[in-house]
Amino acid sequence: MSEVKYSKEHEWIKLDGEEATIGITKHATEMLGDIVFAELPEKGSNVDKDGTAGVVESTKAASDVYTPVSGEVIDTNQMIVDDPSKINEDPEESAWFFKLKIKDKSEMDSLMSKEEYEKFAKETSA
Amino acid sequence: MSIKKTSLNNLHIKYGAKLVEFAGYQMPIQYKDGIIQEHKYTRSHSGIFDVSHMGQLFISGGDDLTNDLEKIFPADLKKLKTNQSKYSFLMNNKGGIQDDLIITKTSDGFLIILNAACKYNDYEVIKSKLDNQYKLNLDESLSLIALQGPEAKNVLNKVIPGCNSLKFMNGNNYVYNNKKVYITRSGYTGEDGFEISIKHNDAETFVESLIENGSKLIGLGARDTLRMEAGLCLYGNDLDNDTSPIEANLKWAIPKSRIETEFVGSEVLKNQFQSGVKKLRVGIKPDSKVIARGNTKIYNDKNQEIGKVTSGTFGPSVEHPIAMGYVDNSYSTVNTKIFLEVRGKKIPANICNLPFYKKNYVKGEINV
Repeated sequence: MSEVKYSKEHEWIKLDGEEATIGITKHATEMLGDIVFAELPEKGSNVDKDGTAGVVESTKAASDVYTPVSGEVIDTNQMIVDDPSKINEDPEESAWFFKLKIKDKSEMDSLMSKEEYEKFAKETSA
Repeated sequence: MSIKKTSLNNLHIKYGAKLVEFAGYQMPIQYKDGIIQEHKYTRSHSGIFDVSHMGQLFISGGDDLTNDLEKIFPADLKKLKTNQSKYSFLMNNKGGIQDDLIITKTSDGFLIILNAACKYNDYEVIKSKLDNQYKLNLDESLSLIALQGPEAKNVLNKVIPGCNSLKFMNGNNYVYNNKKVYITRSGYTGEDGFEISIKHNDAETFVESLIENGSKLIGLGARDTLRMEAGLCLYGNDLDNDTSPIEANLKWAIPKSRIETEFVGSEVLKNQFQSGVKKLRVGIKPDSKVIARGNTKIYNDKNQEIGKVTSGTFGPSVEHPIAMGYVDNSYSTVNTKIFLEVRGKKIPANICNLPFYKKNYVKGEINV
């Protein structure tokens, strides 16, 4: 069974065995507005927990995308590079950003559950 | 200082605006549709912009007013006919731009539209340069509403009949709700459009009637992408106290008849007209999808820094990143290859012509 968790930087992470799929939350896309550019990490590169692993830009500004866990990038989603507006349309499903082979499952422990994240998002945007 | 609200504040909230502070006012950055939809609606139909934060300075009194204002502004005010408008500048002694503005000749003087962040300072500067005989009124009892887009003329004509016969950069008095409103055909989007100066109390019902006729409220976010596609400058980003109109590639706004005459900053401008300038504002088109924002450094192919981006975004109508900035004059030719430093990488780009989006201004038409 897969597990979905959330970071304070508004990323979601879905874990299937050792493979993690990472994207940004719907709440994040609502704060950003229309997304017009996405940059993803290189396949085969290694990313460290809380490090920069991409960029999204809206018509207004650029924002870094962070990885909530460490690992090797095994896949990236070309669809969102070709058409960044897909991130606004379907941020938590088809518009994922990258997949990692994760290093250390225990890094998942400090992340938030869906309920915790929703509460966090509500409090921080108020 | 508390944040000011415009007469349309309740309407902004009613239509789902995200409000931000801008130049001391609470202003809508976008509404529910978002920047791209708002931008495209303005280009395809018509958009309503609350620009009430801008200054409306009325100057009147005295026979020498035109002469005295020509000592301040480089516009050819003597040639200006009543109700005609010109784009001009308030400069400092170094030829730097303190504000860019629109001057319209009224029946008893002049109306000057000032940028929100500059208006109080402009008022003081202009007042200090004018004789006491003149009356200056930075009128804060008036709202200013812009209506922009190809359908603007049809929408506005339904609400205020007759205004679609106005010519571009001309204005006139009209009546709305039994009160005088002043309308000019002008704007800041690259589209045909109007700016309506109206009493605060009438602004909300006026805007609601524009909405009933098909227009939509548009926020500052889309106002910025629209003006960038149109190649128009934003004061504070693309123009400042250290930049002259010549450097800003706005030479067209300094009429030949004024070059040999005296006004604030005229010596520097005359010199620049003769000997040229070191830096020049240019359009910039990145090769890829990467967006270069303001303050992005610009390099040549030898990795030498040659300038700086002053505005940059994604252009929703041209569907590509666009930017403008200042480069060393020797790199200002169209199609010159340059490099933009974005997040540590050098992104290839080309100097290009402005505007990015072709203008659609109307020169005036017969009443339909």
